[in-house]
Amino acid sequence: MSMMRCGDFRTTYAEDMAIFDTALARRLLLAFLLALLLLPLVATTYWLDVSNRTLIAVVAAVGLNILTGFTGQISLGNAAFLAVGGYATAALAGKAGLPFPLVIPLAGVVSALVGMVFGIPSLRLKGLYLAMATLAAHFVVEFTVTHWDSMTGGVNGISVPAPHVGGFAFDSDRRLFYLILPITAFLLLFAKNLFRTKVGKAFVAIRDQDISAEVMGVNVYRYKLLSFGVSSFYVGVAGSLMAYQAHIISPENFPITVAIDYLGMIIIGGMGSILGSVLGAIFITLLPEVLRLLSGALADTYPQLVGLLASLKMGVFGLTIVLFLIFEPDGMAARWHTIKNYWKLYPFSY
Amino acid sequence: MEFFLQLVLNGLVVGSIYSLVALGFVVIYKSTSILNFAQGEFLMLGAYVCLAITAGGRVPFLAAFLLTMAFSVVLGLLMERVILRPMIGEPVISVIMVTLGLSSILKAVVQGIWGTDTRPFPAIFPAHPVQIGPLPVSQGYLYSMVSVGVLLVLFSLFFKFSRYGIAMRATAFSQQVALSMGISVKRIFALSWSIAAVVSAVGGILLGGVRGGVDGALAFFGLKVIPVVILGGLDSVLGAIVGGVVMGVLENLSGGYLDPIFGGGVKEVAPFIALVAILTFKPYGLFGKVKIERV
Repeated sequence: MSMMRCGDFRTTYAEDMAIFDTALARRLLLAFLLALLLLPLVATTYWLDVSNRTLIAVVAAVGLNILTGFTGQISLGNAAFLAVGGYATAALAGKAGLPFPLVIPLAGVVSALVGMVFGIPSLRLKGLYLAMATLAAHFVVEFTVTHWDSMTGGVNGISVPAPHVGGFAFDSDRRLFYLILPITAFLLLFAKNLFRTKVGKAFVAIRDQDISAEVMGVNVYRYKLLSFGVSSFYVGVAGSLMAYQAHIISPENFPITVAIDYLGMIIIGGMGSILGSVLGAIFITLLPEVLRLLSGALADTYPQLVGLLASLKMGVFGLTIVLFLIFEPDGMAARWHTIKNYWKLYPFSY
Repeated sequence: MEFFLQLVLNGLVVGSIYSLVALGFVVIYKSTSILNFAQGEFLMLGAYVCLAITAGGRVPFLAAFLLTMAFSVVLGLLMERVILRPMIGEPVISVIMVTLGLSSILKAVVQGIWGTDTRPFPAIFPAHPVQIGPLPVSQGYLYSMVSVGVLLVLFSLFFKFSRYGIAMRATAFSQQVALSMGISVKRIFALSWSIAAVVSAVGGILLGGVRGGVDGALAFFGLKVIPVVILGGLDSVLGAIVGGVVMGVLENLSGGYLDPIFGGGVKEVAPFIALVAILTFKPYGLFGKVKIERV
């Protein structure tokens, strides 16, 4: 039983389509998930909060990657979809008092519907122009959210009760972790499987060459809309979890910089790769934490560093994106595969 | 009526600065097909650099202005050479992201050096207003409109008649043909980025003068200019000028009349609603080159 194979020895289509190369890889992943379940026993509240935010970012990044990385539709509107998911949660859980097993999927569906409306211009627009249409959509949603006081609480924000079902409430970061982790794991598995189906392959065909895709019988418009829908469903679920975690949401939670952050995640992680979305989301969420720790450690020698933290974070974020685009345009996922391949035949590689 | 005129005038002033920044956008897009999301940061950086030179070393304003221009030329050249040149031939999303990354870096630099508080800008225009018809008009408005007008005419002449201007238009038309005629396309790219940085810096300084202070909000102009360039057509210099003025007037009128109904903020969102409408009905704008492609 080997960790990896040293080459491709597949003999059946089933083997070719399998998610995991070897049984060991699958078992290791399961073991990793089980180990993650033990995290709340050792982590402090602060780091639990960070892990929850990371998992939420993973969901949103996968969603964006489905649209931008796999279908090739550039979207600057994902902060808006996040806001829609968040405010839908506030309305469904706060005003209607629904339990979370209903709220989270419904928030995703609402977000998916809004996303599909924004996806309509993709019939005519491509590339740059679509990016601008989604940018406009962001500002329209931001305006609506800020001014629809009765629904969203306007600039003061609106509070969201803790997710509950029956008599049980996920009212601490520790409990929330056990809610968010399974949802994230399920959505990741779903996304991974999506690209083994006809729908997923149609998405990739549209990204690679939309005219050829049309010629081969893919209904480009329908699948583009579907991609907008699936993607904003993911982002909406992320927004819903984010609202549950934050307890109170206001328009300030969803500025345009959030959309840029998520695009940064999939660029750094790797476009068109599920693993890449995960790595990128972890990287970008942990970046400010690492910088904070570093500046804390250096505070004695360079006291001015703490004041510069915000600009430092922004600068490092921008620099990372630029450096990745210049030196590793395929992101961390590609680097991971390079490293893995290096070990395949070690120490007898040629 | 006076309210209306006042709004139109404000719109014309802001719009003329939009035109200037949009010109930078269009010049870059025309020659390199890159949409520069860092244009607003160029503008902000220009304003801050000018402020730093005048405030620190007791330099007269004109000298500071010229030094800022020189700084912008170097900035444009540097950005093109270090960051944008490796991106030639990469997909659209990568190019968009690299300019977004660049904008974060520039914003971080400005915040790191100058902080986030609003800084007073030296009074470069005389303070007392002049009377035009029924309206008192601040002289800053007039000066900024006139200087934008002069600059736009100068640039139009540059594109029309000068050797480099013609080379730039040739490159925009077809890079391959330009190369075979002995035009250095790389040099044209560098020149476009310099021009974009310079016009943005001028816009930043004028805005600083009109508003009396500079802060991080100046960077938002970079996004506000996107509806302008789409209205005019992404690859049309004339379109940038017309689009800027139209958008400026539109946002001030809608802000002035609709803000009481919606409770504020209409001014910020109106250009983007217009953007959606333009993209839906006339995606190549008023003067843009129409690319026909059906899928």
